[in-house]
Amino acid sequence: MYKTKTWNWEVGQRTIADMTPNSDHKWQEEIFISPDGEKASAVVCLDDAEFSIRTNDSVSENTFEKLWELNYTTNGDLCCYAMQDEEWTVMVADKPWEETYGFVWSPLFSADGKNVATAVQQDMEYGMSVNGAIWETLFENANNFAISPDGKKSAAVVQVKSMGQADLKTFRSGIFSIAVDGVAWDNNLMNLWTPVFDNNAYRVAAQVRLTLYDYSIIVDNTLWENTYQGVWEPLFTPDGKHVVAPVRQGGKWGMAKDGQLIWQATYANCWHHQFSEDGENLYAIVAPEYGKFTVAANDKPWEMRSPVVTDLAVSPDGKKAAALANTLNKDWRVCVNGSVWDGSYDMAWKPVFCPNSEAVAAKVRKNGRYNVLVNGKPVGGEFDMCFDPIFNADGSKVLVRGLHDGKALRVVANVPK
Amino acid sequence: MSIQDRKIEDEGLAYGVSKLTTDKIQQTFQALIDNETGAKLKAFSESCMRCGMCAEACHFFVSHGDDPSYSPVGKVSQTMTKLLANDGKVTPDDIYGMAQIAYTECNLCRRCVHYCPIGIDVAYIMTTIRRFCHKLGVTPQYIQDTAHSHSATMNQMWVKDDEWVDSLFWQEDEAREEFPNLRIPMDKEGADFYYSVIAPEPKFRTQLIYQAAAIMNEAGCDWTMPSMPGWDNSDMCMYSGDFEMMGRLKRQHFELAQKLKVSRIVMGECGHAFRSIYDNGNRWLGWKDYPVPVVHSIEFFAELFEQGRIKLTGKIQEPVTIHDPCNIIRGYGLMDKLRYVAHQLCDNIVEMYPNREHNYCCSAGGGVINCGPPFKKVRVEGNLAKANQLKATGAKICIAPCHNCHGGLEDVIHHYDLGIELKFLGDLIYELMEKPE
Repeated sequence: MYKTKTWNWEVGQRTIADMTPNSDHKWQEEIFISPDGEKASAVVCLDDAEFSIRTNDSVSENTFEKLWELNYTTNGDLCCYAMQDEEWTVMVADKPWEETYGFVWSPLFSADGKNVATAVQQDMEYGMSVNGAIWETLFENANNFAISPDGKKSAAVVQVKSMGQADLKTFRSGIFSIAVDGVAWDNNLMNLWTPVFDNNAYRVAAQVRLTLYDYSIIVDNTLWENTYQGVWEPLFTPDGKHVVAPVRQGGKWGMAKDGQLIWQATYANCWHHQFSEDGENLYAIVAPEYGKFTVAANDKPWEMRSPVVTDLAVSPDGKKAAALANTLNKDWRVCVNGSVWDGSYDMAWKPVFCPNSEAVAAKVRKNGRYNVLVNGKPVGGEFDMCFDPIFNADGSKVLVRGLHDGKALRVVANVPK
Repeated sequence: MSIQDRKIEDEGLAYGVSKLTTDKIQQTFQALIDNETGAKLKAFSESCMRCGMCAEACHFFVSHGDDPSYSPVGKVSQTMTKLLANDGKVTPDDIYGMAQIAYTECNLCRRCVHYCPIGIDVAYIMTTIRRFCHKLGVTPQYIQDTAHSHSATMNQMWVKDDEWVDSLFWQEDEAREEFPNLRIPMDKEGADFYYSVIAPEPKFRTQLIYQAAAIMNEAGCDWTMPSMPGWDNSDMCMYSGDFEMMGRLKRQHFELAQKLKVSRIVMGECGHAFRSIYDNGNRWLGWKDYPVPVVHSIEFFAELFEQGRIKLTGKIQEPVTIHDPCNIIRGYGLMDKLRYVAHQLCDNIVEMYPNREHNYCCSAGGGVINCGPPFKKVRVEGNLAKANQLKATGAKICIAPCHNCHGGLEDVIHHYDLGIELKFLGDLIYELMEKPE
């Protein structure tokens, strides 16, 4: 993910830039801080239909009629969609791709941030472009976009057959498929969702609905033999050899591996499953009882129960998991391996484990003020807004990036024992 | 008149029925009774006293010359009672009629429930019949097409991903002519709320997005709109009986809010979408309540007025009446807030009789209008009751804070030549609010 070794890890706080909106600008949009905490950027409106990107104190000379979806990639490049003369392109590190499109949306990044993919519409046909190279074949429609972890392959659900208005028979005959790098599988199906790649070999799995009632999983264009009352997102095992997905049978949810149940269908719901890196442990958010959610590790639910559980994260060593619990989107709490940290918050963000799995951090908000908690304790100060914390390689320090009184701040703190 | 005497040709129903056998019908019914119903259906089925109190409560009955086959108890008799009495041994032709009754002659408005001495929920029974028909593949063509759209695009109008975002940009640009620094902040993480709409807004009623942006902008709201699928809060799968897809849609909708880390979702002026979120879809997914609070526009506008965040230049002086959408009022109790907002905007409110939770349905809700042109005549004629209500008020304007109600009332107003203008609350707020010079 992040190449943190070259970053400045000297403990202390530094002001990166005063990002107070410039009175010469008509307005300034949301501020983003680079992963290393050294740059703060925002889209600024200079004049009617004249937008640019401000980074720290300077404004890019590149101006466009419209800019949106500004964000930093994991390798620190600033990425954004830009429109000029009714044509859209992608800006990466202040350089626009040469290719232009009718429209662009749904940006996707490789794990290292070096490869950028986007959904594109060109002459009312749909597909994807990776690093400025559009698919050779485009389709009547495309959605549910995905790229491989290394960013070299892209996939989407595509419409391969036309259908007239309210044409039920054609729809049921199957008009959708999965296209990988623009090449559609020959299975035409009623519905497909959430294609996902494996880690290494560019295999692809997706959810499928075969009839109005029968759901299953398709892997590299081959359907599982069994069908279910429902399925959620499939996931490859880390070695790429198997596919695991939550499935619904007899009105309850369980987990299936290559079409065979590995967790019996006993849950009111089961979703957001994740493997440990070694594939030994499988975690998921589950509801052992109606209205009561928790996390299950290898089909063993934690004792903790909450009306809502979200944002499951698994530690690099696979021995721990963390998740967020809340009630009616309030009273947010951080849970690690079933233990709930003291303190509740108005909002919390997905927990982040340090590389050695010993510490876990989470960004939280209470009464409009943002903090980063590490192992349950606030570090780095309080902010008007802040970004997800990032640990250094040995997990001894944490970088906190935040905004306070218009200033972008970079704080490095020791991880509390 | 029985359903056999008023069958309407529909491609979806005909296609579905053509695939049926009596065995399949019976097996499907038995599976439904065994696996998806229980004490509730049994209690409702066995406790009806045939008192007929529900009949006068139904606009279809009242509007069709008190024809008992249109009464709630009559509709139950022709569907669930018949199925139970025969252990599901009915003909494909019977199923056609049952589907027509359940999908097009009952709005699931629950008015009859209020008049039933023992509280039998006919809407639940009709919903169960719809579920049964869905399982048999016998659904009206147009509502099924909407359900297909939901499954393929996560919105009900086949709106493609780029068309949605482009519509937001378009409305933002248009609105900047009037409000120079207006923004529709896209995918803003941590905002107070995300504003969700139903797919007809980007498709046919983009001015509603414009107006909403103007109101949020002038009220100084911390808000966002999502660029990703899940933005459409509507859910015709709830009404077609495809609960699995209903759940999938609600998951997308709520998880979008969770991803954006907003405190709540504010919904545009829609009724059925609200029901799918506070009652049906959320619960199908295993959440007892909603995982992210959802606020209907009525509540949201009331909040803005209470906090003095909307300044008006004046009030409507013409007589204005209020339609009470079933899913928001009878189903959720927002009648007082609706009136509070309406009185902020209008000096001369003339209530319909009956009103509030006793008001008649628009005859379009419950997915009935989504069953499309074949059933329009029955739907409109089925709401003479509403036409009479509207006419009696002498109002020049009718406020209806629901999309389907708008569709239904437009047809009623046109058919009965009532000369009444229909408005959303957002229309009136936008019209009356202070704007930049």
